[in-house]
Amino acid sequence: MRSAVVAFVLAFLLALTLAGVHAFAQQTPATPGTRVEVPPPPFSDGIFPCSTCHNKTMPPNRTRRVLTDFHTDIDLRHDTEHRWCLDCHDADNRDQLHLASGEAVKFEESYKLCGQCHGEKYRDWRAGVHGRRVGQWNGQKQYLLCVHCHSPHQPHFKPMAPLAGPRPPQRPK
Amino acid sequence: MARRADSESPDLTRRQFASVAAAAAAGFLLTACGPRRLREIPKDKLRKAIADWEREYHDQYGKTVHVSDTGPMPGVLFAYALDLSRCNGNRRCVEACVHENNQSREPQIQWIRVLSMNKDKGIDFADATPYYSPAEVPEPGRFYVPTACQHCRNPPCTKVCPTGATWSEPDGIVVIDYDWCIGCRCCMAACPYGARHFNWQVPHVPAEDINPDMHYLGNRPRPRGVVEKCTWCIQRTRAGRYPACVEACPTGARKFGNMLDPDSEIRYILENKRVLLLKEELKTMPKFFYFYGT
Repeated sequence: MRSAVVAFVLAFLLALTLAGVHAFAQQTPATPGTRVEVPPPPFSDGIFPCSTCHNKTMPPNRTRRVLTDFHTDIDLRHDTEHRWCLDCHDADNRDQLHLASGEAVKFEESYKLCGQCHGEKYRDWRAGVHGRRVGQWNGQKQYLLCVHCHSPHQPHFKPMAPLAGPRPPQRPK
Repeated sequence: MARRADSESPDLTRRQFASVAAAAAAGFLLTACGPRRLREIPKDKLRKAIADWEREYHDQYGKTVHVSDTGPMPGVLFAYALDLSRCNGNRRCVEACVHENNQSREPQIQWIRVLSMNKDKGIDFADATPYYSPAEVPEPGRFYVPTACQHCRNPPCTKVCPTGATWSEPDGIVVIDYDWCIGCRCCMAACPYGARHFNWQVPHVPAEDINPDMHYLGNRPRPRGVVEKCTWCIQRTRAGRYPACVEACPTGARKFGNMLDPDSEIRYILENKRVLLLKEELKTMPKFFYFYGT
């Protein structure tokens, strides 16, 4: 009888622990390696997939140069001295990006690419501290990609128009 | 003469005693059966009151309104953090707050006040203005400190309330009972952050702008002559959602969560960032933290 009670209590405790572990697993912020759910990247209209133009008929030109025919609207102000297109865009598969190691990265996971240099921001972003979060403070939350707020070619956060301020208090006449 | 005065000292007659006792008993009964503070109201009475409010607001605004009575979650102590290095003073939070919490448009009441400060002087309330209006923010040489209720752990406002109409909930939200507030504004004088606002006139919100998702301690319409303030969107946060200002901030400067959960964003900030409190020397112990994310 007594052992039955003990067994029951133990089973109950085990169930509680498992439930607790499960609850925690859902709440733990995204740890490195796991994929973060993000909305689709903000491509300009009609630009993606890149392979529509960059296909077999257009062999890649890997020499660093100023583009004069296409993509002239892109004014790179992101470590301009050291970077150019093919440091992030992949010459062999135009619909992908690549890390410094050469490993391919989808546009949906471009945060990995940004995180190579901006490791501190990447860590904060994963923890939910850098960037906007929408959803539940104790559950599902929506992340944004770095490029939703920072244009990858000009990452400085753009100034914006403020909404109207409060009206100063009026004194009775 | 003196002797006579003594002899006429008010000895209670049986009749007087009976009337005083009857009055006291009646008073006690009236207090016990009459209206209650929302702080200690029993659940059944609260539901009845909520049904009355829902009917009243429906008639007033022509919309189906839901007034929630969700209580605090056990093991939750809310805290807020704001990244001063991100805030650019665009006031999207103010707009979201006004709409979410049914704040009066005329006369204007805004729970969030974004202060523009001089970078050379640092945080100096004597040299701050909420009335900036440039074409674009941030302005050079300025930084922005949004203020609202700091939800202090040692709140001066609740201590001075003569009727007990404002108090800290177990999850750390400082709330106001609009039915018990007598409008004396002692709490406004006591609050060092200017977070409390008084309804000098009947608050006006256009019926089409009314947010029908309400909480009995939060954004339900206020009468004239009572004080109101930020409740950390109690109608949203007690349902697990972020406050409206957190979701509205385009720079992602606003963070919210449970201070008791070691995996929360708030705890990450407290453990890894440089954090400061406004007017820390007053020992109000705010649960609203400012930090530098860079």
